[in-house]
Amino acid sequence: MNTLSLAFRNLLRNRRRSFATLLAMVIGGVCILLFGGYVHNITFGLQTGYVRGGGHLQLQHRDYFLFGSADPTAYGIADYQQVIDVVKHDPVLAPMLTVVTPALQFGGIGGNFAAGASLTVMASGEVMEDQNAMQTWNDYGFPDAPETMALTGTSVDSIVIGTGVARLLQLCTALKVADCPAPPARAPGDGAPMPRDVGLLVAGDAAHDGAAAQDAASQGTTELELLAATISGAPNVARLKVIKAEAQGVKAFDDAYIGMHLAQAQRLLYGSATPEVTSIVLQLHHTSQIAAATARLRELLATSLRDRPLAVYDFGTLNPYYGQTIALFNAIFGFIALLIGAIVLFTVSNTMNAAVVERTVEIGTLRAIGLRRGGIRALFVAEGLLLGTLGAIAGVLVAVALAALINHSGLTWTPPGRVNPIGLHVRVWGETRLLLGTAITLTLVAVVSAWWPARRAARLEVVEALRHV
Amino acid sequence: MPLLTVTNVSKTYHLDRVEVSALSEVSLEVRPLCFTVLSGASGSGKTTLLNLIGGLDRPDKGEIVLNGSPLGMLSDDARSDFRLRHIGFVFQNFNLLPVLNAYENIEYPLRLTRTRPSVRTRRVRDLLEAVGLTGHARHLPGQLSGGQRQRVAIARALATSPQLVLADEPTANLDSHTGDAIIGLMRAMQRDFQTSFVFSSHDPKVLAEADDAVLLRDGRIVSITRKSEAEQSR
Repeated sequence: MNTLSLAFRNLLRNRRRSFATLLAMVIGGVCILLFGGYVHNITFGLQTGYVRGGGHLQLQHRDYFLFGSADPTAYGIADYQQVIDVVKHDPVLAPMLTVVTPALQFGGIGGNFAAGASLTVMASGEVMEDQNAMQTWNDYGFPDAPETMALTGTSVDSIVIGTGVARLLQLCTALKVADCPAPPARAPGDGAPMPRDVGLLVAGDAAHDGAAAQDAASQGTTELELLAATISGAPNVARLKVIKAEAQGVKAFDDAYIGMHLAQAQRLLYGSATPEVTSIVLQLHHTSQIAAATARLRELLATSLRDRPLAVYDFGTLNPYYGQTIALFNAIFGFIALLIGAIVLFTVSNTMNAAVVERTVEIGTLRAIGLRRGGIRALFVAEGLLLGTLGAIAGVLVAVALAALINHSGLTWTPPGRVNPIGLHVRVWGETRLLLGTAITLTLVAVVSAWWPARRAARLEVVEALRHV
Repeated sequence: MPLLTVTNVSKTYHLDRVEVSALSEVSLEVRPLCFTVLSGASGSGKTTLLNLIGGLDRPDKGEIVLNGSPLGMLSDDARSDFRLRHIGFVFQNFNLLPVLNAYENIEYPLRLTRTRPSVRTRRVRDLLEAVGLTGHARHLPGQLSGGQRQRVAIARALATSPQLVLADEPTANLDSHTGDAIIGLMRAMQRDFQTSFVFSSHDPKVLAEADDAVLLRDGRIVSITRKSEAEQSR
């Protein structure tokens, strides 16, 4: 009769209490695992979104990240194709890369002349074939099919805008944007009445503008004028075809976004001068390769690209929102795990305390027979260990089953920064660290919970214990 | 040479703020291979003296030496080991481990002494046979009668072949017929297993069986009656 076997039989003595304790542990374990799986899914989902959109790493002018948005052309990467070639053909980097693509971001003023509306916009010029390749990245096995960029196969002057831009520039009707209200009619001013001849002129202009807008809308596509400063500081305007309005999730971005072909963006900013880009985007096979790829890029920047004032940034640095979101969810997860750990601790401790009281005479008998204090301590700790192990195993099994049920239930949710709801997916199965971590932690908590009652049992005086009623 | 020597032993208990003298300046010698009975009224100090002899408690004063080993000098773990190898206990309420069957209850002390499995098995079978419970080896204590439980407890007390078995009112929770049988069994076991028994009782039938009868009153020994060797052998 070894200690573990005796401990197991003792647990079976009061089955209802042991079962209630196990149930508390299982519920605790399931809560931790399901929430942990949900957090993992959010983490991987956000990461996948950022990596598909902006790659794992970007090479930028070393000052662009802090100062570039005010004057992007001042921080461009000249002869960027040579940099891309060096990166693509590097024997260390090449096996890690899936896509290397240039991008040009700049600010400007977008206008709908026909509607008499304009606003400040943020434009992004990209190579659509590369962007489509980046959309296929799916290291975490999400079930959604990769999206094809709307600009794929379109003429170079085609653009995509945010639905906010469409609303503000009154392009919703032409672009068939749903839930896009027209601006309210302006109230007449309080000033003196307009002279009759000026009034007629304004009325004529308004009628003409309305007719133009109606005309544009009836054509099925619409046009947008984009004004930007060229590299020499002179204003330049391009008339662009808006082919689609796409919701961007974050309103501030949705109200300013214009996506376009890189060639068009470069023509607008650089004219006949040699075009540059503001960043070179690198997408890797796996996120875990970031450290190795960054180290190699830094080596290249110090050797073959040493004359280039470039720096490497990972997607976490470029998108602080990612780190903040993960940190927030990790904090919530930690808090919940702590709370559940405390509940498990007190539940097991309560059970073990009750067992010590109930078995006081038995403890006295064992001590009288010759079991040392350490033996008594080991017996109760073993009971805690068994409770913890069984609770952890059952918790893992139930959590895996529940996660599978949730994943096949068809439930959806809309993550922060996204527009469309996605399937609610809880990643438990296969998350070895989460599963092992939770199981080991639960077991340890149970052992720690049992330790104090075990110590109390071991310190009982034999005579007092035998006399216990 | 006595198996056990108790010299000027005193023990006082503190109940709330009241001091209760359980034993006062008690001295006693227990002869080897004898059936010694401590008798006296309730509260006379029988159980306290048994607890001190068994190393379950420490005296406030005095010395107890069992087979040459002064118990007061031993650490807690050493006293546990000493009890395991040299002293067997039989309790009034049997005190069997409820999750172990009769066989396992008898085997338990042998497991603590890390006795080899083959030796263990033989010893437990012999003891089960000696107490007449061979057919009840797999019964849990809850499936045994009071007398059967006490038989298992006696077998357990003798498992490690101790020099001394202490029994605190072993027949108190048994009917008179079963009690007589248990006393008879203990007497037989004492002779067969060549060990010494010291137990407390105020049952006249038990006193009649005793080789040595020690009468206690108010924590002091009032009288010691010893049978001669000739009487013992009868």
